[in-house]
Amino acid sequence: MAVVFYIPSYLRNFTEGRGRVPVDARAATVGEALAELWTLYPGVRDRVVDERGKLRQHINVFVGDTNIRDARGFETVLVQGVEISIIPAVSGG
Amino acid sequence: MPQARHVTARDGDVLLMIGTMKGAFLLRSDRGRKRWDIGGPYFPGQSIYALAYDGRADRRRLWAGTQSEHWGASLSSSDDFGRTWKEPDSVPIRFPDGSNDSLKRIWQILPGRETEPDTIYCGVEPAALFRSVDSGKSWQLARALYDHPHRKLWQPGGGGLCLHTIVLDPENLKRMWIAISTGGVYRTDDDGASWRPRNVGVSAEFLPDKYPEFGQCVHKVVSHPTKPDRLFLQNHWGLFRSDDGADSWKAIEKGVPTTFGFAMAMHPHDPSTVYNLPIEADMFRATPEGKLRVYRTTNSGGSWQPLTSGLPQKNAYECVLRDSMAVDRLKPAGVYFGTRSGKVFGSSNEGRRWSMVIDGLPPVTCVKVAQISGAAAKPKRKAAKKAARRPVRKRR
Repeated sequence: MAVVFYIPSYLRNFTEGRGRVPVDARAATVGEALAELWTLYPGVRDRVVDERGKLRQHINVFVGDTNIRDARGFETVLVQGVEISIIPAVSGG
Repeated sequence: MPQARHVTARDGDVLLMIGTMKGAFLLRSDRGRKRWDIGGPYFPGQSIYALAYDGRADRRRLWAGTQSEHWGASLSSSDDFGRTWKEPDSVPIRFPDGSNDSLKRIWQILPGRETEPDTIYCGVEPAALFRSVDSGKSWQLARALYDHPHRKLWQPGGGGLCLHTIVLDPENLKRMWIAISTGGVYRTDDDGASWRPRNVGVSAEFLPDKYPEFGQCVHKVVSHPTKPDRLFLQNHWGLFRSDDGADSWKAIEKGVPTTFGFAMAMHPHDPSTVYNLPIEADMFRATPEGKLRVYRTTNSGGSWQPLTSGLPQKNAYECVLRDSMAVDRLKPAGVYFGTRSGKVFGSSNEGRRWSMVIDGLPPVTCVKVAQISGAAAKPKRKAAKKAARRPVRKRR
């Protein structure tokens, strides 16, 4: 299922500068689509999830307008053409 | 994001590496250490609790432990004094499969002994030790320490459960010490195959048992390479010395206004001289009486004297963290420290007179210093030229 990732500016250091990355694959869930993303760009993985595979605390992933924390997490189901946005949360000081 | 300025360091220059809550800075001076060029900020927005310079084996490599509240912690290196940094795609320090832990912060980066030029150590949070034997390309968890039965009983201090101090015995390659807040001091005598707590005589004011086998909140440990079995320890309440490789400790508190504090630094040439910076109390982490004073012992802790010339002695409620004091190896030695209010002070004469090196930085989390040595490279080039002039002899 083809989906498009929105990549925030910091992570573009690891995506050859690309802000939008289409993933044309058989991904049915967010987790599967992310796995495709870090096959293309391995450096994205450790910045989005920790070594246990857990989504970092201050990173949000949206499918369309839905935060996957409010849905089924990495099991959130995708629909054709949807945009997946990786967005740093409001935090820091 | 801000555009970083860069410094150009030459042989013999002194490089002051400053980590802050919002990035790293590099300051360069000549041997006089009066004027400093300023480079940075590097890693803007990220906390930098660990910096190191590795000048072994003709390297001029900087290491930085970075921590983003968003993107996590990682380890970066630079071979051109910060102009470019290498950050591997995959975070090189990671807890192995089967572990429940994930890297939160790198607290300490320590290049290994001169005789092991490709060995580097990292102390991290959650408390663990990692070692690389290939110049940082790959890292291995110190498994015996990680699997230590005490581990589940260690508790996080105010800064987290961190392994923040690594002390190597320069001669006995199988011996080293580490310190954990709160776990205390541990020593290995078999190159990491086993670790024993070494806290006899070190207090734990925050526990019902004031002298437990382990669990102390040790803040810093230092030793001199010519006397590796004599160690000095800044505790969460208490200053201590060991003369037997940490088998036992005794208090050395004469002359300090308070025994609380974080930072401690060893004189590079005199194994009896140590610097520390007393903080009033754990419940009020500020310099006592509003006076910013470095204390120095020149008799192995028999007594401590304040060093105040050039430091504010009024309304100075500062705090200096455990890795925010450093000493260079010049003669006379330079001493430096950074405060949580973003000031860095330096002395080019062993603490007799201080001056402000820089003000207005984000809260300072670590200060390290190195003298840039091209000495290893230069003779090599000369040797290469000499070799080029030498007639080639054919083997028969």
